[in-house]
Formats: sequence, structure tokens, C-alpha cells
Amino acid sequence: MNEIRNDTQRLSYLQAIIEAQREEMRRDPNVILMGEDIAVYGAQSLFEEFDASRLRNTPISENSFVGVGIGAALTGLRPIVDLTIASFCYLASDQLLNQAAKLRFMTGGQLRVPFVMRTSTFYNNRTAAQHADRPYPLFINTPGVKVIAPSCASDMKGLLKSAIRDDDPVVVFEDINLWGKKEEVPTDPDFLIPIGEAAIRRSGKDVTIVAFGGTVSHALAAAEALAVDGIEAEVIDLRTIAPMDRDAILTSVAKTGRLVIADNSHNVGSVASEIAAVVVEEGFESLRRPILRVTAPQVHIPYNGTLEKQLFVSKDRIVEAVRTLV
Amino acid sequence: MLLDPGFRLEIYRRMVRIRLFEEAIIAHHPVGHLSIGQEGAIVGACMALNEDDYVTGTHRSHGHPIGKGADLRPLMAEIFGKRTGICKGLGGSMHLTDTSKGLICESAIVGGGFPLATGAGLSAQVRGSGQVSMCFFGDGATNQGTFSESVNMAAIWKLPVIYFCENNGYAVTTPVSRSHGQPDIARRADGFGIPGVTVDGQDVEAVLAVTREAVSRARAGEGPTLIEARTYRFDEHSNRLAIPIKYREEEEIRFYRETRDPITLYRAVLAEAGLGDDLASVDAEVREAIEDCVAFAKDSPEPEMSDLWDNMYSNPIHLPGKPRP
Repeated sequence: MNEIRNDTQRLSYLQAIIEAQREEMRRDPNVILMGEDIAVYGAQSLFEEFDASRLRNTPISENSFVGVGIGAALTGLRPIVDLTIASFCYLASDQLLNQAAKLRFMTGGQLRVPFVMRTSTFYNNRTAAQHADRPYPLFINTPGVKVIAPSCASDMKGLLKSAIRDDDPVVVFEDINLWGKKEEVPTDPDFLIPIGEAAIRRSGKDVTIVAFGGTVSHALAAAEALAVDGIEAEVIDLRTIAPMDRDAILTSVAKTGRLVIADNSHNVGSVASEIAAVVVEEGFESLRRPILRVTAPQVHIPYNGTLEKQLFVSKDRIVEAVRTLV
Repeated sequence: MLLDPGFRLEIYRRMVRIRLFEEAIIAHHPVGHLSIGQEGAIVGACMALNEDDYVTGTHRSHGHPIGKGADLRPLMAEIFGKRTGICKGLGGSMHLTDTSKGLICESAIVGGGFPLATGAGLSAQVRGSGQVSMCFFGDGATNQGTFSESVNMAAIWKLPVIYFCENNGYAVTTPVSRSHGQPDIARRADGFGIPGVTVDGQDVEAVLAVTREAVSRARAGEGPTLIEARTYRFDEHSNRLAIPIKYREEEEIRFYRETRDPITLYRAVLAEAGLGDDLASVDAEVREAIEDCVAFAKDSPEPEMSDLWDNMYSNPIHLPGKPRP
């Protein structure tokens, strides 16, 4: 049995991504990394350690380099493809949605697709509508794909490592607003966080706030503010958005009877919409008040930064939603 | 090229297996996109490969696994949508993917196979396995962006991939002359700095020869080759597609059927080589195998609703909506 080490090191969310990749590339020679400009952005230190054949700086051909990663996954490798910015995933949608998600099913289980696509949600950064999307709903509506959206460096490391070891396609949403956020991260090379398990970040009895990725810190800040007024919020960090940990949500709502969901998707057909539907169908008797969704409105993301930041989830918007329920 | 008589009869046998397999489809379960007329291109390419070499194909998917030597029973059962099918009845006519023969995808999205075949080539290169990847596609697919993107990546990384175009002259109903600014598909290779070769797809041994050369280059680390096999589809784009307007001249179809049938042409070659007596026994053997696979398919059970959930993920996870047994 491996000795479990409890050491940690202080890493940013972005460094945790690099360390997870480094550890898995050391562990398994079939793990490779591909993406645009990775030799300059993001993976320089990996180029110093690993053979160049395992690090592919790709041409600007999103649909094909994603598909090349999928083809390599079908034939013995465990590729990580860095799609850089989530708004670019539409270019690769055939390979992701029609091929990676379906090939196992369509071949009657003959094929495995151990493929990881990393992509970052590039919002609150004044990049305008063609760079700022958070297309979580596209992927949770695609059977066959697992989707993770970690909220902190430790989770990113543990979940990304699980994703790389997983035999199914996993989409990893990085939130650029978290890239620089540092914390103590376990150094054990077998530190893994299972895909599909939510975490309770704060216990409370009055209201459940479900969040993931970049909305978790706002949910926790909101809970602190509410506590001052004696309102105890329970904060659930989904961590994985497909498959979703329904039990964690339903158990919490059974206790609190109130639910606010913080999701930076556009409102219509959002992750929050799905959670609300699940709770109405399976936990209706627990609800004492209507479910509220705190999401981005159904408009595009403007270049103007003052306008942009008002569209996304914030502590104040969550607090306001909770106050209408309690 | 001196070929062993047994090898030549195997080439012939695989072509006849494709032809009779598809004639049985017409007779018993008329679905899908037929390769009849294109057997020379498919088998000539496949016979240049080893059993563990990778293949990606297209919606016109029946020929590739048979050309690669697959068992007919699971293929026919798949045509019938049965649980014993190669894809358990979940893939069907456009997706006869037999992974035991190296097939990794038969994509019904035109051009969808280019990146996957290229990725299989990348995998072979990274693992140093010595395998090559054979990417079948039609003339229409060369107008997808994935063609240019993928061939370019294979070129810059010198991947062991053979891009093999079954140019049957028509993308559904649109002729190459009306869809390609420059209709000589092999010449497109020039734009990527790789070799491009045109070959008569109705001459199976000519196809074998050029493919063997491409495979040798690929295995030697010299990178990809684009092969354009000029062939012809004897039947319609799809059995299920009604074509209200004539887009090919009857005379053209008759010309190919009567004078350019790859099986008839190869029979003449083999008869000339003194193998005439063997042809009838191959025909009889294949006919028997076809009857057997049709009977197997008809007798096989339908898939269960729970099979849909059971084939979604490698690692079991909670999936909402799965029916209880």
C-alpha cells in the first residue's frame, strides 16, 4: 500500500493545473498534452521535463486538434487537450459532441474515450461576447461527457488528475477569475477527488446555496454576510456538474427548505435551471419557498467592463436573492 | 508486383464478400449506403495493411470492416439492429465499426474521421508501435475544413497516416466538377507538402501497389500520403434516399457497370493467371457465409432498453432515467 503523505504546497489554481498534468505525465507515459501555444503559455516547465513528442503545440485548427486528441484516446493514449478559451469550443463541437461523446455508445461499448478537454471561461475580463462564454449547459445536455468545474486549487488538482485517469471524455472548465488564487494543495501524487461528488463548504439550516467554479467564493462571501444577520446558509460546491450530485442537493434542501442557485450560465436552460427542475421533481415537499436562480441574463457579454461585471454572479446578488426567501 | 496466388484469391474473396453482403442487404433489409462498385478501392487499400493497423471510415461503412477481414455475422446482425451486432444494434448501417480489426470509427458526419485517423497516427507515433492509420473518405469530404486541418497536422508531425479518397465522382448528387475549384483531389497534397497519388480504383492490384508504397513511407517515419482512387458508385447514394431528379446519365452508370466493375475486371486477371477454377469455389464459399450471416441476424434477439444506459460510460455512474429491471 502506498504511504499517504499529508504534505502540502502553496499553489495557485493555474499552478495546480500544471502540477496535476506533470504528475500524471510522470505516472503514465501515455498521457500527452496538446494545444495552441502551449510551449509559451502554460506548459513551459513541462517542456523542460518531458519528451517533445508528448507535448504538441498545435496549429489553429480547433475542430481537428480536439479530434486528433480523441483519435489518440481511442488508440491507447490519454490526451489532455487545452482548448484555451471556452468560446472556441463551438469550433470543435462536431468532434466533442458527435464523436467523443458518442463513440463508446455507438460502437456498443467497444471503444473507450479517455480524453480530457481543458477550457477556460474567460469572463469578467473585457474580452467581449466572442471570448466570454460559459457554455456549461451545452455539455451537461450532452450524454456521454463528464463535466467538472473546480472552485479552488486543491479541487482542480484532485479533479483534473481523476479526469486524466478516467476512461470517459471529461470537459474541465477552468475559471480565469480563479487562476491566481492560492491555497495549500496536497502533494501526494495519488491525491484524487472523485468525479461526481459535491462538497459542503459551509453548513447552515436556513437556506441552501448551490454554486460551482467561480461562483463558490461569492456564495461563501454571501453566507458570511447573511450570518451577521443570523441567517445560516449552507453552501454546496458542486465541483462536478455532470453527472450531478443530486443527493447532496436534495439532502441539503430537505434540511433548509430554501434554495438559491448561483451559476454564471445565461439564465435560460442553465445548470441552475436543471438543478431547479431536479429539486421540484424530487424534493418538492421540502420546499418552503420558491427556488431562485442567480445567473447571467439572456443578453450577450459587452466589452464595457462596468456593464459586464454586473451581469455575473456576485455576493450582493446572492444576498439579495436569499433575503427575498428568508 | 508478384503476388502469391493465395493472397490474390483473398483479395478476390474480400471483394466478393462486400458485393454479396450488400446484395443480401438489398434483398433482406434494404438500408443504407452501398459500396457496390467501389470494392476494388476498399480492398486494395485494406490488403496493404496489417491486422492491427487502424482504419477510420464513413457512412458508406460496410466495405471497410469486410475489407479488413471482419467476421460477417456481427456485421449483418448490426444491419438488422440486433443485440448480437458488432455495435449491439446501437450503431447500425453507417457505423460498422469492428475494433478487433483496427477500426476506430465509421463517421456519418462527413469529414468527421479525418481528425480521429490523424489522432490514431499520432498515438502510433508516440507509442512507437509501428502501426499506421488508414483514413477512408469520399470526394465530398475534401471540402470539409477537417480535411485541410488534419492533413496539415499529419504533415508537420510526419504522422503515419494514409488519407485514402474513394472518389466516386459525386457528393450525394453534386459532381466533383461542381464542388471543387480544382477537381484533381490528389493535387491538394501539394498544398501540404506531402505526396499525392491518383490511382484507378477499379484496378484492385494497382490500388494495393500505391497503398503499399504509402504504408512503407508511413512506417519509415516519412509521413502521410494522400491517395485518390477514382471509382464509381453503382447504386444510389443511399437506398433510403429518393432522388427525384436524374443527376447521372444512364449511359454513364451502364458504362461503369458493364466495363468497369472491379470484380469482373479482377476475375479476368485471375483467370489469365490460371486461377479460374478457384474463383467458383470462392464464390460458393462466400455465398454460404452470406446465407449464414443473414440467418444469424434474423434469429438474433433485439437489444434491451437497459443496453442504452449500460453503454454510455466506461465507469459506472448514476444516470437519471434508467429503467429498473
